[in-house]
Amino acid sequence: MQIYLPIADLPVNVFVVFAMGLAVGFISGMFGIGGGFLMTPLLIFLGVSPGVSVATVSSHIAASSFSGAITYWRRRALDLSLAAMLLAGGIVGTAAGVGLFTYLRALGQLDLTISLSYVILLGSVGSLMVAEGVRAILRVRSGKPVELRRPGSHTWFHGLPFKLRFKQSRIYVSTIPVWGIGFLMGFIGAIMGIGGGFLLVPMLIYFLRVPTNVVIGTSMVLTLITMATATVLHSATNHLVDATLALILMVGGVTGAQFGARAGQRMRGERLRLLLGALVLAVGVRFAVDLVLRPEDLYSIRLLDGAQ
Amino acid sequence: MKGAALIAAVLAALASATPAAAERLISSLSSHRVLITPSFVGTELVLFGTVEHDATTVPRRGSYEIVATVSGPRETLVVRRKERFLGIWVNADSRSFVQVPSYLATLSTKPVEQITSLDTLRRLQIGLRRTMLPQQIGPDTADVVRDDPFRNAFLRLKQSHGLYVEEPNAITFLTPILFRGNIPLPAGAPVGTYDVELKLFADGTLITRGGDAFEIVKFGFEQFVAASAVNHGLLYGLATAVMALLTGWLASVIFRRD
Repeated sequence: MQIYLPIADLPVNVFVVFAMGLAVGFISGMFGIGGGFLMTPLLIFLGVSPGVSVATVSSHIAASSFSGAITYWRRRALDLSLAAMLLAGGIVGTAAGVGLFTYLRALGQLDLTISLSYVILLGSVGSLMVAEGVRAILRVRSGKPVELRRPGSHTWFHGLPFKLRFKQSRIYVSTIPVWGIGFLMGFIGAIMGIGGGFLLVPMLIYFLRVPTNVVIGTSMVLTLITMATATVLHSATNHLVDATLALILMVGGVTGAQFGARAGQRMRGERLRLLLGALVLAVGVRFAVDLVLRPEDLYSIRLLDGAQ
Repeated sequence: MKGAALIAAVLAALASATPAAAERLISSLSSHRVLITPSFVGTELVLFGTVEHDATTVPRRGSYEIVATVSGPRETLVVRRKERFLGIWVNADSRSFVQVPSYLATLSTKPVEQITSLDTLRRLQIGLRRTMLPQQIGPDTADVVRDDPFRNAFLRLKQSHGLYVEEPNAITFLTPILFRGNIPLPAGAPVGTYDVELKLFADGTLITRGGDAFEIVKFGFEQFVAASAVNHGLLYGLATAVMALLTGWLASVIFRRD
């Protein structure tokens, strides 16, 4: 069944878009990520312009993460005070990121910067996560005890001041690295047009040693707020949010997220991390291949900026 | 006697100078307004008409031929070319095509090269290859040589989207004077006013012209969404965000198991 999208200005198959929402929603519920780094390229592949894709995906992510966050809230598997601290840094980071975004756009190499940051960031983070996941699984196989948390192994930033106890996460850390991570999330999110959940989850696990089950719910709360804000800002400034497209994606997304969240809770932490790592790495490799291989068509056509 | 010869000579000269005196083109479209509704997937408009004669019309040796040029609202586009730089492909060179038709169709009764001379085709800008496509060159705009790679890429990309069309058999004569044809409009055709220009040829000469226009508009729900997104951006964004929260909340209620 075809439907014409009022802002994207093209007809799409409702079931294809719904299935995309469902699949990305499942992944986002499972790993506690927004899924923007998957959905945006998918929409562009469908023929939706990059601007409309990025803007519309933000509302889809908001819906998915809200439904996921409610599920985790019922299980008390999220840490609101940690989310609030991250958000404080995130807002400053977003502002800084938007500033750099505007500067790069003026230089005329924004597309390349986005592609390169996808390759570098997704490639390195994905490789790290895969390596770590494989090591953890091998440890389990060889019969050694699972190292879920290492209470004694404090890193340098555990000595930093302004310490705060986050009860839900059962951690006692300085607020400086928490703000720092939040800032980085906002900064990267603004430049790459992604929620950044796939980065936030491993960072909270590796640096702050937040338990995996709390991490996902907490990350969803943060994603929810940033993406809802992004939806409003994109609508108010660029008029690029397609409500029809968003609704189809949302309905698919929230349905998928419900099943994904259940699948995620049933799965073991290290396996979950390995899977997510493989997924992130795959997207990074995909971008790298696109950059290196000779494109099918060297020429591309686009409306002049500002005209949309 | 001398006077009569002079009058005959003047008449002959007049006839050859204004060969378009006799016929008239009367045409219309199956619709003058194409509505974009949620189920819009592109459409075809029917163009039909007749060649009207009057008492002074001299019989033609050959048959009539028609060329219709349909052009959509104008827009400025950028064509970019990728080049290899340090092992990766990056957008290097680019050209702006200034105020070119977003949609352009050349529809005719037979291949335009068989209708009239290349010279006439060039002068009348008939056919995609002969249409003016001004590029931004420094502070000026100019149309470059016909086999410029950017120009060719532009035409090729536009054609692959169905927005630039050349159909040499789109128009047919049902009787020697009655014709009809189809204007193909893809789903990606932008909203706005489209001009239809008709040219009637006989024996390789342009006899007369005719014209018409239609518009593509968003309608109903599509129009409402598009208009609110532009006119009430903040409200539209808040509504979309609330819609997202509602959808998320509904799903968690519907799928609740515990």
